[in-house]
Amino acid sequence: MFQDIFQSEKLIEALVIVKTEFPLAIFETLYVTIVSTAFAIIIGLPLGVFLATGDKQGILPLPKGILKGLNTLINLLRSVPFLILMIMVIPITRHIVGTSVGTTASIVPLVIASAPFVARLFESSFREINPDIIEAAQSMGATPLQIIWKVLIPESIPSLISNGTIAITTILGYSAMSGIIGGGGLGKIAINYGYYRYKTLVMIFAVILLVLMVIAFQLLGDYLAKKSDKRFTA
Amino acid sequence: MIELKNVSKTFSQANAKTHALKGVSLTIEKGDIYGIIGMSGAGKSTLIRCINMLERPTSGQVLIDGIDVGTLKAKELLKIRRSLAMIFQNFNLLEQRTSLENISFPLELSGVSSKEAKKVSLELLELVGLASKKNAYPSQLSGGQKQRIAIARALATNPKVLLLDEATSALDPKTTENILDLIKDINKNLGITVILITHQMEVVENICNKVAILDDGAIVKRGKKECFKTYFNLKN
Ligand SMILES: Nc1ncnc2c1ncn2[C@@H]1O[C@H](COP(=O)(O)OP(=O)(O)OP(=O)(O)O)[C@@H](O)[C@H]1O
Ligand SMILES: [Mg+2]
Repeated sequence: MFQDIFQSEKLIEALVIVKTEFPLAIFETLYVTIVSTAFAIIIGLPLGVFLATGDKQGILPLPKGILKGLNTLINLLRSVPFLILMIMVIPITRHIVGTSVGTTASIVPLVIASAPFVARLFESSFREINPDIIEAAQSMGATPLQIIWKVLIPESIPSLISNGTIAITTILGYSAMSGIIGGGGLGKIAINYGYYRYKTLVMIFAVILLVLMVIAFQLLGDYLAKKSDKRFTA
Repeated sequence: MIELKNVSKTFSQANAKTHALKGVSLTIEKGDIYGIIGMSGAGKSTLIRCINMLERPTSGQVLIDGIDVGTLKAKELLKIRRSLAMIFQNFNLLEQRTSLENISFPLELSGVSSKEAKKVSLELLELVGLASKKNAYPSQLSGGQKQRIAIARALATNPKVLLLDEATSALDPKTTENILDLIKDINKNLGITVILITHQMEVVENICNKVAILDDGAIVKRGKKECFKTYFNLKN
């Protein structure tokens, strides 16, 4: 098999496909990943705050039923495999985007699947904050909202960035999967050419690009997290 | 004036009850440097935290200038807390903020304009002798310097009372002395009442005018420092 792959005509054919189809696919993958991550953070950040501060002894106690409901919903959504979730939410996607296929449509399942994940990641970031610092703010007469805005979030920025990086790389991986139900991007190319048309080389190129993108996001995230952290500036 | 009247605090966990405070009564006059000394687990932190209601007493009253703080509404309590500044063993500075930003933090909380907050904070940095460190982050400061920033922060909102919970326990003897001198100056020059808890006899001996000994949740002796001569002699 590998002998075939590297036969020059196959290589040339693959390179042509790379040249004609990859630019758009790369753009689509980035677009879907970034937009989905942005929405997942917009939804996940407040949920993460509620999870971390909502218990009885917390800064912003929530009615017990609400916190429990939220926890259950998040656990449920997180335990449904993404492939199945994608199919399950098709009616919702159609309702929001007007269609259930295409690049933009794939954003909806991605956000639904990843917002609970982001909520959990951010919850853990907030729980890392030293409770003594929160108590100090309380002793200064800080209101619960002031504690959230001025202590909890700013003090956990480096950790939020690290966890946000985990989220964006995971979403990138999921976005490739959405190629199966009509999402665009490198995932679609890998599946179409590699699985349906036996053009293994094209698939390999697509996968290499996906890996490189994950590495790039990870390096950028690590850099930003480190740069934002004032705890180790000495 | 701060009065504790028969303050008790019981922590109830699933299957155990801890009686951390058992009917503590104390009167702290304006201008006092009141030391509360006791062994680990005696209930010192619980006691000081009851004064600003970080911990709600199970029974008894805490009166500040005659106001029963246990009965205050949330908003009024937050206001009272701003007049009782607390200083901690581990400084509890915000690690992602510079010294200057740490000092202006309580001012931000009470809605002071950022320009005014900066001006006040710079003055306080000067007062604690760390003007050159205004842009340093806590990770770049020594323990003693961190505590000075914490003291400056505590002073920012013009408190009437400073509550010190083992404020010098993490510092070496020399630095402890410096910090205690600073506290003494603040007490004398700004007329701020100081309540400090400690397990170090030296601290009490050095700066307090009144002392109470807390043992297993109860005050076993209290009064002017002079009454404690025998204790100090035993120690030294
Ligand atoms: N939140 C809490 N829940 C349950 N028990 C508590 C709590 N806080 C304090 N205690 C208990 O109350 C008692 C008094 O604790 P406290 O922290 O006031 O002691 P302390 O005198 O400050 O000791 P140390 O010198 O070690 O700081 C201890 O037995 C402690 O275990
Ligand atoms: Mg203590």
